[in-house]
Amino acid sequence: MVPDEVRVEDVPSDPGDWPGARLHVVTGKGGTGKTTLAAAAAIALASGGRRTLLIEVEGRQGIAQLFGCPPLPYAERRVAVARGGGEVHALAVDVEDALLEYLQTVYHLGWARWALGRLGVLDFVTTIAPGLRDVFLTGRICQALQASQSDGARYDAVVVDAPPSGRVARFLNVNQQVVGLARVGPVRDQAESIMAVLRSGQTTVHVVTLLEEMPTQETVDVVAELRGIGLPVGGVLINMVGKPVLSAGDLIQAQSRQLPRAEIATGLAAAGLPTSAAVVDALIGEAVDAADRVALEAAERGALASLGRPTYELPWLAEGIDLGGLFELAAVLTDQGLEVSGS
Amino acid sequence: MTSTSTETPGTAAPRLDMDALLANRGTGIIVCCGSGGVGKTTAAAALALRAAEQGRRVCVLTIDPARRLAQSMGLEHLDNVPRVVPDVDLAAGGLLEAMMLDMKRTFDETVETHAAPDQARAIFANPFYQSMSSSFTGTQEYMAMEKLGQLRAQADVDGRWDLIIVDTPPSRSALDFLDAPQRLGSFLDGRTIKLFLAPARLGGRTYLRVFNAGVWAMSGIMNRVFGAQILTNVQSLIVALDTIFGGFRERAELTYAYLQAPGTQFLVVATPEPDALREAAYFAQRLEQDRMTLAGLVLNRVHTTDAPNLTVERSLMGAQKLADLPEHGLTERILRVHAQRMQRIGQETHLTQHFKAGFPHVPIARAAAQATDVHDLNGLRALGTSLAAG
Repeated sequence: MVPDEVRVEDVPSDPGDWPGARLHVVTGKGGTGKTTLAAAAAIALASGGRRTLLIEVEGRQGIAQLFGCPPLPYAERRVAVARGGGEVHALAVDVEDALLEYLQTVYHLGWARWALGRLGVLDFVTTIAPGLRDVFLTGRICQALQASQSDGARYDAVVVDAPPSGRVARFLNVNQQVVGLARVGPVRDQAESIMAVLRSGQTTVHVVTLLEEMPTQETVDVVAELRGIGLPVGGVLINMVGKPVLSAGDLIQAQSRQLPRAEIATGLAAAGLPTSAAVVDALIGEAVDAADRVALEAAERGALASLGRPTYELPWLAEGIDLGGLFELAAVLTDQGLEVSGS
Repeated sequence: MTSTSTETPGTAAPRLDMDALLANRGTGIIVCCGSGGVGKTTAAAALALRAAEQGRRVCVLTIDPARRLAQSMGLEHLDNVPRVVPDVDLAAGGLLEAMMLDMKRTFDETVETHAAPDQARAIFANPFYQSMSSSFTGTQEYMAMEKLGQLRAQADVDGRWDLIIVDTPPSRSALDFLDAPQRLGSFLDGRTIKLFLAPARLGGRTYLRVFNAGVWAMSGIMNRVFGAQILTNVQSLIVALDTIFGGFRERAELTYAYLQAPGTQFLVVATPEPDALREAAYFAQRLEQDRMTLAGLVLNRVHTTDAPNLTVERSLMGAQKLADLPEHGLTERILRVHAQRMQRIGQETHLTQHFKAGFPHVPIARAAAQATDVHDLNGLRALGTSLAAG
């Protein structure tokens, strides 16, 4: 799946956020919108006539759902056209197909391929050596990354909707997966060449988070874990950020529980709205909630900033995420500096 | 915010009577499932605390708790052994113990329990065992079931607990939890393994010869892929595990039977968001198919308001009117805060109605969204109270 010799490409001189990065791995705690932002990143990176490939590896068909298309087969297909004529392609990697493909390429299986499927041997192999799944999945990703320019299949960027942050380090650390199982041999070579790609300047791992305690903590943890195994950490994508409404003065009043009831009641009257104590209390309660949340978010922002990585802030979309929403998020990413460097 | 007033009249789903569920002595196991990031582990802990303070003797098995959750239960860390949670109100005669599943440790213990010491040593040294026992694919789910079985067995013997609350692994999909044990069970007990172990026994009939040839091809390939030694390692591991577990499939089926027994109740946890509710719907269907008891949906982090009649439109129109009146700037902004909240509530209500349309009979318990996470027992208590109030 990976060419024998992995060449780490020269880092282009363009001073974008991710000079040289072509493989963007997107992870994050469950529920933070990692698949959505991976898709938005693939669209953003395709703007200006580029070609990107969005890959999912967990068999959830989340990409098809997002783009509103039928389930993806095990083949690359175009799912969206980006601003300026760029193309977003998508691929749902299936581990058995990837394994068969690998065996076919390396060993020219012929009829034995049938027997392997028939006997459930693939299931057997990936159960007895679960780490192998990740070797074949990441191998397929690297293969897409390195598709030759000549056959027109070259992607300017490959974006991976990776496993969640609790599992991503294990997923990417394929060398560790096969150590002990295979000291020499093709799988070992395969794992090493994958690691070379993942640790090269071509790869960057982005973490999606929310301005909440647990996702922030998990982000801090996974960044440390990735750094520990020598994988390049990219940006921190802060998702679902609410629009600030209250002023600095309002926040102080709300946090000290001193919002002026009479003033608010007068204001409501001026707006032609009910001014009952119940309504005023309800609104004040909600304003206090909002102010508490702003304070919490400031603390989480501080913790994320201390990671020393570029951050992107994506708005919470009231209408939910549809294709339009994806493009909106992609535009935000582009505005905040996410782009393919070089070319 | 304390009350929910977002119900559209006439479409209210039955309310989940959480206290009745927790108090029912017939309920021996509660399984909390749902997709990742919905607050499953915290909900499991909150319900365990509530049950314990109402007199149940509870063990809560968490899978991957945030450090803070362990700390909120007064435990610096959780490990593979149930630990008494301090400062729980035991006036009603209850007990709360908490533990965290350590997958590898549980696998090791299972081997140690069933194997002679030298046999166990050989298994532990096998590289395939190391790979299998520490990987997340399936093993974690299987070991969660294994641990649940152990806890239940212990409860049967010494009566230490009368309620076990289980959190489920953060799988890529909630359904993995149900499928993995059987998958691993049928794998270790399956045709492939038998063929793999004894291709020589299979001579004779033609179709067997074809299988045999497939296995032979497979062996050859594995040898080439991994290098020599591989078959020996795989075979010795399987033989060892086989003798120890004496039929993984039987165990998996037993576990499944546990889950189908009337004493086991499932709670599907979700947040009012599209992905989480979609997973919840899959899960509800699956439980029905497998004749397992779905006690209800726990809808976590629901936004509520005490001013439901002030709709998005009215609030925004009011704010608009005040936009040019600087003396009413505060009220304008407060109205916009309310409008945002109402918008969110509208979206959540829509998604929830969608779920209810598909599962009208599934009772729902709601917990209001909190600005901060749970930090201590009081936070867990508050969540429990919220869930019981529905």
